[in-house]
Amino acid sequence: MKTPLSKRHSTQLASSFWSVFSLLFLLGLASLHAGPDETAQQIDRIINRAYRATNAKPAPLTNDATFLRRVYFDLTGTLPTLQETRTFLSNKSSDKRSALVERLLSSENHVDYWTLKWCDLLRVKSEYPINLWPNGVQAYHRFIRQSIATNKPYDLFAHELLTSSGSNYRVPAVNFYRAVQEPTAHSISAATALTFLGTRIENWDTEKQNQFAEFFSKVAFKRTAEWKEEIVYFDTRSPEEVKTRFPDGTAITIEAHTDPRQIFADWLIDDTNPFFARVAVNRIWYWLMGSGIVSPADDFGPHNPAQNSQLLAQLEQAFILSGYDQRALIASIVSSKTYQRSIPKKPQLSYAEYNLRPLEAEVLVDALNQLTNSSERYSSPIPEPFTFIPEANRSIALADGSITSQFLETFGRPSRDTGRLDERNQIPNDAQRLSLLNSSEIQGQISNSPLFRQIGKPLRKNPSKVVQATYLAVLSRYPNKAELDTALRYINQAGKQSRHAALDVAWALINSKEFLYKH
Amino acid sequence: MRHHPSTQYFMSRRDLIRSGILFSLGLPFFRLNESLGATLAHAPKQRATSVIEIWMWGGPSHLDTFDPKPEAGAEFCGPYSEAIKTNVDGIRINSRLPLLAKQADKYSLIRSMTHGINAHETATYRVQTGRESGGAHVYPSIGAVVSKLTGYEAGYQGLLPPYIALTSTHGRFSEEGFLGPSFKPFATGGDPNAQRFMVEGIISRSISDQRQTKRRQLLQNLDTLGKTHGDHPLFREFDTSTSNAYDMILGEAREVFDLSQEKDELRDRYGRHSFGQSCLMARRLVENGVKYVTLNAKGWDTHKMHFTTMEQKMPQMDQGIASLLQDLDERGMLDSTIVWVCGEFGRTPKVQWKEPWKGGRGHFGRCFSALVAGGGFKAGQVVGASNSTGEEVADRPVYPEDLIGSIYDRLGIAPTGRMPNNLGLDIPLTPKSKGPGILSEIM
Repeated sequence: MKTPLSKRHSTQLASSFWSVFSLLFLLGLASLHAGPDETAQQIDRIINRAYRATNAKPAPLTNDATFLRRVYFDLTGTLPTLQETRTFLSNKSSDKRSALVERLLSSENHVDYWTLKWCDLLRVKSEYPINLWPNGVQAYHRFIRQSIATNKPYDLFAHELLTSSGSNYRVPAVNFYRAVQEPTAHSISAATALTFLGTRIENWDTEKQNQFAEFFSKVAFKRTAEWKEEIVYFDTRSPEEVKTRFPDGTAITIEAHTDPRQIFADWLIDDTNPFFARVAVNRIWYWLMGSGIVSPADDFGPHNPAQNSQLLAQLEQAFILSGYDQRALIASIVSSKTYQRSIPKKPQLSYAEYNLRPLEAEVLVDALNQLTNSSERYSSPIPEPFTFIPEANRSIALADGSITSQFLETFGRPSRDTGRLDERNQIPNDAQRLSLLNSSEIQGQISNSPLFRQIGKPLRKNPSKVVQATYLAVLSRYPNKAELDTALRYINQAGKQSRHAALDVAWALINSKEFLYKH
Repeated sequence: MRHHPSTQYFMSRRDLIRSGILFSLGLPFFRLNESLGATLAHAPKQRATSVIEIWMWGGPSHLDTFDPKPEAGAEFCGPYSEAIKTNVDGIRINSRLPLLAKQADKYSLIRSMTHGINAHETATYRVQTGRESGGAHVYPSIGAVVSKLTGYEAGYQGLLPPYIALTSTHGRFSEEGFLGPSFKPFATGGDPNAQRFMVEGIISRSISDQRQTKRRQLLQNLDTLGKTHGDHPLFREFDTSTSNAYDMILGEAREVFDLSQEKDELRDRYGRHSFGQSCLMARRLVENGVKYVTLNAKGWDTHKMHFTTMEQKMPQMDQGIASLLQDLDERGMLDSTIVWVCGEFGRTPKVQWKEPWKGGRGHFGRCFSALVAGGGFKAGQVVGASNSTGEEVADRPVYPEDLIGSIYDRLGIAPTGRMPNNLGLDIPLTPKSKGPGILSEIM
């Protein structure tokens, strides 16, 4: 094990190296160093071997339209616009997929969307049962967003969250310690284990739980004169040293004047730590592929081994070598053939395949609003007087998990109570179907959509063109012959009501599985 | 919602209709899941099958409703210097509730509710779940638990979701807790007092049944991914939800929401306002088998201009709740329907006359009141008492877990049974009471 100090120096070095590098990246010069992505190739080699071993065949590569839609949703949580879709589909250049990935990874939408994922994990939510006042929530969100925007190395990010001290309004990282259900060492250690070790502490034996909690036994809180502001600090009053064990079983004695959090954080982010990087890469894999190599991705442990330990080790190694560069790992995964394959008819090696899954509530609401130029009404009863959010605000950019809408709740937005990945509901239900099939709101949005009105203009002269544009706008692809015929027949049969019928086609596509799922 | 993935031998309601089982057994019908047998052990004592919860969002003043203190003087009761007699000897309530005074033989009052919490969020959680806030787990509300134990997983086959919120979800806490999003109540949206109650998703103003049917066919024809990947388990669940939804859109469920089917005279009796018509709606839902209805009645957080607001709100509350109790009784439904009325706390007994409150009342968790009726609870009783100013519990404290446990018991759910969860927790449905426990005096 390297000494904690040298690790910190090396990560800072990595970080300054990275800022130079990311500047080049943003200037579009990344291709100078790039060439074919080695990690992507390694992923494919390992997965191909796995397929051969099981005598199964991987699905074919997706077409451009499916790829476009997939990376837009996975990297930016955003539906491609009609214009973007047309441009991409007509682009003849051979590297257009990698160019698209680069562009999306440097967009604001990418920052918003991946911040949202992290805010789910880090329980960014006002008040109940997470005890944060909205000021704290906003500060915490800004810190996370800034970290994603600058692609802060993941080890530094974790270290900062775990070792900061100060006011939760002024030192936003300390909100990690405030965003728990009770300010106790046990509650904090459960959140830490889930977030950074990918394990559920309730599965540990009591002795190990208690040993782990020791690292947080000297975290203290004090109020200030400001409403619900709290100072998180290392309580030096206890003259006793802390004798405990790291989660891997190594014994450690921490002197009284040393903050045990610091010792734990140094241990955690060490390159030789067997959990830290592995959990992070598996979670990113899960976010992109829809299934973890260890699955569920936040339930690591001997009871739940990796489905492909070679793949996990490979990703882990690449991640550490890159200086814990999350964005580079995302780019590698989506550049792989593995990621770019179609959904198989029947799942075979689900960890190695792109998995069908519903659009997240926030992504769905933004996509609908984009198609209909409308906006969602968000509100929060915390604090009083109630909070309302400007209508133009996108759902993926909402900071506070308590700011919500009926739609977001119906479509399974996570409560952010625990930070578990399964807080986000993936199971369809009747209320969701009622809302999309028949609510006055959705119906009104479709009927009044300036986009669909624009698309529908040539309906009398050229109904095919209308159907085509509707397909491009909603499903990001052209209709096939059978689909075009079906839609045209429906419009023709409607006679004088053909405008309604054209909107019904848009309605049908919005209600289709192809729109509602990532595929 | 209706379909539940863990119920392997599930038959959809349509399958049942097709097979004729549903008609031979009559609607609504329930089949107890065997795994729930332990929790529902003493089902023979069961009287109630449904619950209507009227949630006074914000915390209503106990002094100005069910626990009047005219003897305490204007410092405490403001302009309400009189309490009125009810049709039960010895029970008096606020003079602005004359209709409820005539129904006192149908309900009991708890005047010693307590938990000591004065913040909306934590107090709401406390009263809705019966649990202390904090701790490692986020507990589900009583409605979510009832929906879990008597809803789809227990074979519920009603026309409508088993747990419904009129008209929005709570908002200050997540009803489903660790039971997960399937146990969030279905929120109707809309306004039951509008010309037509537009229940989100079920009632559509602009689309004829014919167009609905044609569109549905178009959707099926254009569902390309659904056709190529039809065997995917996620898609099968999606299709089940879609047909459940159409059962509601095109089927008889929408009739339930059509308040014009009620006589004008009855609608007038409930009151032509959102609260009154919501009470009527709650009765119709329960009549159609819904297990748990939460009526979130907002506007009780009266920090400022308290008495002005109460003058406007109390007549509506009086009309709605009194008519609901009378109506349920006249239809013979009161025995099988529990009605409970409560907020997250009461309000400070001492009136805050100064600026900026100008006659307001603050949050007060130390002592407040609740009303319970029906479902086998004794009526015409008062449980517990507050002191002469309503600031302290004087007799028989009732904690939220006592009230919740008593409701479980009347539903045939043992409060000592196990709390359903997938977290590996072995804990009782309600925690051990800090006081004398469940409301045996009215059970």
